[in-house]
Amino acid sequence: MTKKLVIEHLNAWFGTIQALKDINLDIEENSVTAVIGPSGCGKTTFVRCLNRIHEVVDNAKVKGNVLLDGENIYSNTMDPVLVRRRIGMVFQKPNPFPTMSIFENVAAGLRLNGTKKKNEIADVVEKSIKMAALWDEVKDKLYKSATTLSGGQQQRLCIARTIAIEPEVILMDEPASALDPISTARIEELIQQIKERYTIVIVTHNMQQAARVSDYTGFFLLGELIEFNRTSDIFTNPGDKRTEDYITGRFG
Amino acid sequence: MGTRFGDRIIKLLSLLFASIIILLIAGIIYELISGSARSLSTFGWRFLVTSTWDPVSKVFGALPFIFGTVVSSFIALCIALPLSMGIAIFLSELAPKKVRVYVSLMIEMLAAVPSIIYGLWGLFVMTPFLQVHVEPFLGRYLGFIPLFQGPPVGVGMLAGGLILSIMIIPTIASITRDIFNTIPTLSKEAGYAIGMTRWEVIAKVVFPQARSGMVGAIMLGFGRALGETMAITMVIGNAPAISASLFSPAYTLSSVIANEFTEATSKIYISSLIELALLLFIISMIFNAIAKLLIRKGRFSA
Amino acid sequence: MNSMSYLKRRIVNRTMLLLSYGSAVLGVAVLFLILSYIVVKGMSSINLDFFIKLPKPTGETGGGIANAIVGSFIVVGIASVIAIPVGVMSGIYLSEFGKNRFASLVRYFADVMNGIPSIVTGIVAYVFVVVPMHRFSALAGGIALSIMMIPIITRTSEELIRMVPDTIREAGLALGIPQWKVIMFVVLRTASTGIVTGIMLAVARVGGETAPLLFTAFNNSFMSLRLDQPISTMTVLIYNYASSPYPDWNTIAWGTAFLLIVIVLIVNIVSKVFTNTKYSL
Ligand SMILES: Nc1ncnc2c1ncn2[C@@H]1O[C@H](COP(=O)(O)OP(=O)(O)O)[C@@H](O)[C@H]1O
Ligand SMILES: [Mg+2]
Repeated sequence: MTKKLVIEHLNAWFGTIQALKDINLDIEENSVTAVIGPSGCGKTTFVRCLNRIHEVVDNAKVKGNVLLDGENIYSNTMDPVLVRRRIGMVFQKPNPFPTMSIFENVAAGLRLNGTKKKNEIADVVEKSIKMAALWDEVKDKLYKSATTLSGGQQQRLCIARTIAIEPEVILMDEPASALDPISTARIEELIQQIKERYTIVIVTHNMQQAARVSDYTGFFLLGELIEFNRTSDIFTNPGDKRTEDYITGRFG
Repeated sequence: MGTRFGDRIIKLLSLLFASIIILLIAGIIYELISGSARSLSTFGWRFLVTSTWDPVSKVFGALPFIFGTVVSSFIALCIALPLSMGIAIFLSELAPKKVRVYVSLMIEMLAAVPSIIYGLWGLFVMTPFLQVHVEPFLGRYLGFIPLFQGPPVGVGMLAGGLILSIMIIPTIASITRDIFNTIPTLSKEAGYAIGMTRWEVIAKVVFPQARSGMVGAIMLGFGRALGETMAITMVIGNAPAISASLFSPAYTLSSVIANEFTEATSKIYISSLIELALLLFIISMIFNAIAKLLIRKGRFSA
Repeated sequence: MNSMSYLKRRIVNRTMLLLSYGSAVLGVAVLFLILSYIVVKGMSSINLDFFIKLPKPTGETGGGIANAIVGSFIVVGIASVIAIPVGVMSGIYLSEFGKNRFASLVRYFADVMNGIPSIVTGIVAYVFVVVPMHRFSALAGGIALSIMMIPIITRTSEELIRMVPDTIREAGLALGIPQWKVIMFVVLRTASTGIVTGIMLAVARVGGETAPLLFTAFNNSFMSLRLDQPISTMTVLIYNYASSPYPDWNTIAWGTAFLLIVIVLIVNIVSKVFTNTKYSL
């Protein structure tokens, strides 16, 4: 197994508030890693540090290393824009571009990154929407506004949009938290289907979801990584008292 | 490096465009001051307090124009203030939602009507009406007051004030309405709970909380009136007189600039006109600045 | 509480509320009064000639204001060409990079600029453009109007771009799109309906201005398309023709006013409808 991401001594701040404290962990290629923990423990901040989107917030600061295929994404010579093309992200609330059509949403990443060929774009768009299991629902209204879709469809559209730029890693921040159970199930299915091709890191506050979809799980508490292990081990045999309390529902 | 270069370009480019605004204001102030330098040095403070405006003998004093500007705006305010308050109260407290939408729209349309159209209407419709019906009536019954003495000619201070009042009502009314709308329902309900009538709630609960914003709205309306040009030029009569009568013609800073600037030939004449513009600029700035401050404060505290 | 004072309070209440209703009725009535005069007196001069012919000398009837219509569009066009890029780019600066002292200064100056009386704008453009060119010109008129347009477009663009949620910016950045492209092609596009509406309102507002044009664009009895020559505009034409002693010309002033108000009100109503449907979504 190869390590896709190696996180070393990662610290993050909002102004003077420290949201992440010395995080160290390795993420396997083509695996699904779940990040769990009570709300406010730094899950979102953690994944946002992995594609350098944390730093676009005012006063936000990061220290430490994140190695992508052995190369530090925080080194001075790295362009965050290029990092983000390799590490895509799906946000907690679906955020399609409201003034763009469904097609344009998925094509946006390609077009704005300089792809000009029309049929190439059309191919990629179709392939991505199919991969996001949305094709049958939208194939007849590709040129309608993305805001006409339901929340679950919008989130799958956002996944398609991310897939279209062919990243190596996909970060998902509670992608199903705003969705109904059926939409949630579809997204989980989708994750199973695409994991052979991508390395996936998914934040969730839903422990059944973590157990269902992930190979590895990290448990965060108050900005610290308490425990990181195979999902099956974490849920059957947690190594830390706090992890056990959390997964058995004693707090959070 | 490619992408960061673009980011830097757009930041720089937008900064450059934003700087144009600063440069423009600096340029405007510089040009107004340097343009009026000759008049400033020739007449000094006398410019503000003397009444002779004589291009032939090249003596210029702005007092009648300052008088005309301030008095016409003040009349406008006296008329517009109660009406705007009435409209604001209607829109925020009394009107059902549907009516409110349409009346709001119409008041905003009143603000969108170009100044020249008010002037045209004022000149051909309002001033004849004032001359034939209103002024003789006022003269007959209130003629013992100096304000209402003199021959009814239609064009004059009264017409000027009236047309300005129509133009500033939408400004004052819509800002005041917005401020009234920010006042929490809770405090109004407290008023009703202790048995206040609707008007008492408005007067004793709404007004005190909205006070600084209301004063701001009034100042803004007054500032608008001071700087207004076309409509008032067409109805005020354009005679540099300082008279106690509202019926007599008057002249404003903006009107004299509009009428005489293209005909001004001597350097001192042009310079004096630019000094009038400088004066107008300074007065409007002061009123706008205070108004903005008060309105912002009014919104926050509410 | 005795009943006398209660009665008095009720009467005061009734009176004041009635006065409030009255003011609203009066405000609406004045609007209709003005509009109906413009329609009644102006509509009769509207015919095909009015749009395609030039003004006739006094004494001859007929003729039109083709030169003034074209002139107004040219002058407002020049103003837009200057003010839209400056305003929108400044709006971008203020909303995307505007958390510093300099930006507050720009904001403040834009507000100052917004409060400049329009006649002063005319003087400024006269000194900036007419004096060095040694003649009145469409260009000078356009520049005068652009000085009025810039602050309006700047502040509305800023506000509307700021209303675009950060999640949209982050969605763009997360796709590996460079920030400048996110701003220009994602954020601006998201705010575009509002910005276009704002621009339309600004155009309608300066299109109705007269004072800044009196000694910049001046006037011209002939059809002129040249930017370096004086040019006729609808508003200045209304002023000149309304102030003239000839009834024929007064009639043309009413007709022009009718045309102007129709344009201005249509733009205003359309943009109101635009923004209302947008916000209610
Ligand atoms: N924009 C922000 N500004 C300041 N503090 C923030 C911001 N976002 C998050 N935080 C703080 O950082 C900590 C971690 O937040 P987050 O990563 O969003 O937690 P989670 O996703 O696990 O709920 C929390 O204490 C939160 O209050
Ligand atoms: Mg979170």
